[in-house]
Amino acid sequence: MMTFASLVERLYALTAAWGIPWVVPTLLVMTIVVSVVLAYISVAAMFMIWWERKISAHIQVRYGPMRVGGWHGWAQSIADGIKLLLKEDIIPTGADKVVFVLAPLVVFAASLAAYVTIPWAPGLIVRDLNIGILYMVSISSLVVVGIIMAGWSSNNKYSVLGAMRSAAQAVSYEVPLILSLLGPVMIAGTMSMGKLVEAQGGAWFGFLPRWFVFPQIVAFLIYFTCALAECNRLPFDIPEAESELVAGFHVEYSGMRFAIFFLAEYANMFTVSAIATTMFLGGWQGPWIPVPGLPRDVAHGLFGLFWFLGKCYFLIFVMMWLRWTLARLRVDQLMNFAWKVLLPIAFANLIVTGLVLVVGGRALLYVAGIAILLLVAIALAARGAVRSARVERA
Amino acid sequence: MTLKLAIFYVVAAFTLWAAAVVVMGKNIVRAAVALIFSFCGMAALYVLLDAEFLAAVQVLIYVGGITILLLFAIMLTSRIAAKAARVVNDQVVLSAMVAAGLAVGLIYASTSGLATISGPPRLPETTPFLGRALLTTYALPFEVVSVLLLAAMVGAIVLARKE
Repeated sequence: MMTFASLVERLYALTAAWGIPWVVPTLLVMTIVVSVVLAYISVAAMFMIWWERKISAHIQVRYGPMRVGGWHGWAQSIADGIKLLLKEDIIPTGADKVVFVLAPLVVFAASLAAYVTIPWAPGLIVRDLNIGILYMVSISSLVVVGIIMAGWSSNNKYSVLGAMRSAAQAVSYEVPLILSLLGPVMIAGTMSMGKLVEAQGGAWFGFLPRWFVFPQIVAFLIYFTCALAECNRLPFDIPEAESELVAGFHVEYSGMRFAIFFLAEYANMFTVSAIATTMFLGGWQGPWIPVPGLPRDVAHGLFGLFWFLGKCYFLIFVMMWLRWTLARLRVDQLMNFAWKVLLPIAFANLIVTGLVLVVGGRALLYVAGIAILLLVAIALAARGAVRSARVERA
Repeated sequence: MTLKLAIFYVVAAFTLWAAAVVVMGKNIVRAAVALIFSFCGMAALYVLLDAEFLAAVQVLIYVGGITILLLFAIMLTSRIAAKAARVVNDQVVLSAMVAAGLAVGLIYASTSGLATISGPPRLPETTPFLGRALLTTYALPFEVVSVLLLAAMVGAIVLARKE
């Protein structure tokens, strides 16, 4: 089988036969894998930046980049990257130099480390950890630490405010995010990303794919909302609010350091879309046909990769679409929404999922019945309260 | 010298260096950042001991929760980074003697049983094992911890309420 793991084993066997110490193939494999992932992140981030500008332009009835590179300004991102590289590297006086330099590296390292368990195609995953999804969520929490370091070390009031708001928002939205991800984990019975995708194979009634989005639609919506908040995207844009905080926690960063933050943000967007695709939209599952020239596994892998990237970029398109459609939430509305709305719904989803898994499908009917009764009771009580208030005022 | 041993030495040295910066650093923000590194080093040591769930939860809770709390406390304390933190206090000689005695005792206690130690139990996956243990054998400590967390949350809300 031509999986990544079997290729690595063949390399080890080859170098052992030639008498080369084990350090060499280990380091070689690690270097190649990290280079491929970094190259993908760079290209994907540049593409997403250009795409965002085009999408925002078309939503706002204008054209966006049109000149650089000819067709619809496709080389605009390359020009932007070169410009950022050539800018002067300014470290503000009074800034804590070590922490200032370290902050973008921590943010980018955390974003990069999450690519270890992304299942790109059947058999194509850097390492299928058996705590896959838990690992990705834990590593993403390192990003918050980097943001606080960046905000504090800039020696700037707006940075500190932006960093604190961002940290509060990220930490608050992490709780419903993890709870909503537990639904699919409970259904599949495993946290490994590869096995989660495999559990979504097949179809109901022959045409409806067994993706977890159908039984767990509530969890999917909660996850997507929290993912938007984790990426600091509108409508949860307060930490980077351009009209409020200048640029929030990265206001003092210029040139390559800012480019690292920017790259990390788009890498993070892809990571959360990848998690949503894996957990809810079936990952690389999709119809495929064997191609005459290639072995079966490679054809399955190529089709799987196409489906996976297609679903991811569809979700990224939705994220960008929402950015230019919805208004920004104020910081107290934001915290209110996380703790008083999303968290109870996430808990309810977890309870219902657990009930259905243990008791069987009948539990759903009971839960639906109780929910309807509760809604009717609350509506009657609210009407009664409004009526008595009106009577008092009159 | 296997790969695992080499990684262990590197990670242990990194964790010890970070912990030394935490204890002896004069800049409190840098000490907090070094604390983050030492927690990450601890998570790596957990992975080397095959406790992968614990490692992920260590990063999630300690780095993603407790250090953020610490950094918030530092940022909200006025002028805390204005002057260098005092690293030693006045009873440094007495405390050094007590610490040295304790260290000798701990090293003797740890190394005297080295010959009889067997490796950690080889579990295929620790997560279901931990989950089952927490809900059956150790259900009472689990519930007591949740009551403790509830008390902490109620206390925080009471303290932070507007009067």
